Amino acid sequence: MNLSRSALAARIGYAFVMFLAAAFMILPVVYIFNHAFKPYHELFVYPPTFFVREPTVQNFVELFWVTSNSIVPVSRYLFNSLVVSALSVAGVTLVSALCAYPLSKHAFPGRTALFSMIILMLMFAPEVVQIPRYLVISGLGIMNTYWGHVLPMLALPVGVFLLKQFIDQIPDALMEASRIDGANEWVVFTRIVMPMCMPAVATVAILSFQNSWNNVETSSLFMQDDEMKTFPFFLSTLTNNLANNVARQGAAAAAALIMLVPNLVFFVILQSKVISTMAHSGIK
Amino acid sequence: MWSRVWSHRLSYLFIAPFLLCFVLFIVIPILAAFGLSFTYYNGIEPPRFIGWSNYQYLISQDLIFLKYALPNTFRFAVVVGPGGYAASFLLAWLISRLRGSLRKWVALAMYTPSLTSGVAMTIIWLPLLSGDRIGYLNSFLLKLGFLDVPKLWVTSPDHLMTSMIVVTLWSSMGVGFLAMLAGILNVDRTLYEAGRIDGIRHSLQELWYITIPSMKPQMLFGAVMAIVSTFKTGTIGSELSGVNPTPEYAGHLIVSHIHDYGFIRFELGYAAAVSVFLLLFMYFANKLSWGLFGSKEE
Repeated sequence: MNLSRSALAARIGYAFVMFLAAAFMILPVVYIFNHAFKPYHELFVYPPTFFVREPTVQNFVELFWVTSNSIVPVSRYLFNSLVVSALSVAGVTLVSALCAYPLSKHAFPGRTALFSMIILMLMFAPEVVQIPRYLVISGLGIMNTYWGHVLPMLALPVGVFLLKQFIDQIPDALMEASRIDGANEWVVFTRIVMPMCMPAVATVAILSFQNSWNNVETSSLFMQDDEMKTFPFFLSTLTNNLANNVARQGAAAAAALIMLVPNLVFFVILQSKVISTMAHSGIK
Repeated sequence: MWSRVWSHRLSYLFIAPFLLCFVLFIVIPILAAFGLSFTYYNGIEPPRFIGWSNYQYLISQDLIFLKYALPNTFRFAVVVGPGGYAASFLLAWLISRLRGSLRKWVALAMYTPSLTSGVAMTIIWLPLLSGDRIGYLNSFLLKLGFLDVPKLWVTSPDHLMTSMIVVTLWSSMGVGFLAMLAGILNVDRTLYEAGRIDGIRHSLQELWYITIPSMKPQMLFGAVMAIVSTFKTGTIGSELSGVNPTPEYAGHLIVSHIHDYGFIRFELGYAAAVSVFLLLFMYFANKLSWGLFGSKEE
């Protein structure tokens, strides 16, 4: 393509402005990266510095040392978080895909009603009805168990919705062909539908990971046992009095980094899949 | 009828796990909230039916709700909801006009803040907004001469709401933003060419006459996501200020009010009534966006 010099200049200028906007948005994140590696004397220096000069892992050491004498060490919270997130991601993707497939391809009675129900519930945040949720969890007797962490996470209407929209794009002829070849529904689901909707599965996996990895609600409401609580909950106790307070700022920054990095890594890896799934996300 | 249901038993089996969780943790809690809102319930004695009195108290006598929670939520929601939504649409549009890998990285930079939801977000912002001169914002503004004395960004009632709004807006480029970006990128290229032949001159006309009409479904999805994330925010005020309730109730939102009555005062029936009120609020906000972006055939 031939571009005149001024058009090229305009394009470069535009890209530069967008780059600046992006840099501005990401500034607090860049800063927390630096903060987490600052030694004490740099954390509280005046005037405050943005970039770290002598990086150290002292804050991470402190984070783990803070709890070494208490009954529940940080590693326990981290372990809980890992278990809960892994189970939630696996559970949400499986349960949502299982539901989305018939919702998209089978004409069973009640299908439209179920789909409108899911759309309706897309509009409500379950956080709003914490109290009845608490009553349900205690009624089921799953307080202080991993079930109490994972099961409430499994109902993710957005997940079913995105998968259903994506499966809508798969041509029916493919499924018909394999049914004629003698495949049963389970084989159709695992061999044809699942491989073809991998981008949507990846997207739902990311969403559910963000959901459970950052979740404080299940820990603070459904778990009374400190041993069953998760890392973000520990973090919230660490920061309770952080406003205008300097103690433990470094350790908190290190912990925030631990919260952020897994999310970021997963998203960077799967970004293109997420975008291609989102193209089908429209509500008609 | 039953034979049709029976012939689809396999479909129901596929749906069953999700449906079970869905009913248990979303449908039943919402219905239960409606039921409990007509009772007095303290979590120990069985709920006692008291009719509409929770609602009567809510809209006539609950001064903290009427003076703080409701106006605060309104202020917060009006800026963060439509404001955040418009910003994410505009950003998505601007980003879609970039080329190649730059687009990917700029989109990532915009999305990253939404990954820090909850506690991590507070930790990131607190040192920036810290009230002494060591706070980054204060130190920066003092140096530039905009301020004479450091401001208490998160602990003073005058500034808390502004800080809450800024921080929430910063992190609002989430799923809805990605959906709208994907929607814009997916608009049929030939439509733009056709538009050019029909006399569309500049890109703003393109945006108004071609891009927006062809991505209405994604815009609706984005709007629903924006509404949900706006109204479920409740703890940000107490997380930023470090005290609960917030100083002079400056950052008291309806969700914090629910939390206050539900988990501190154990007036569960009353808390349920407040949450029903919030659910209705969300429902009407959604209806509004449905009217704006919904397709006409339904």
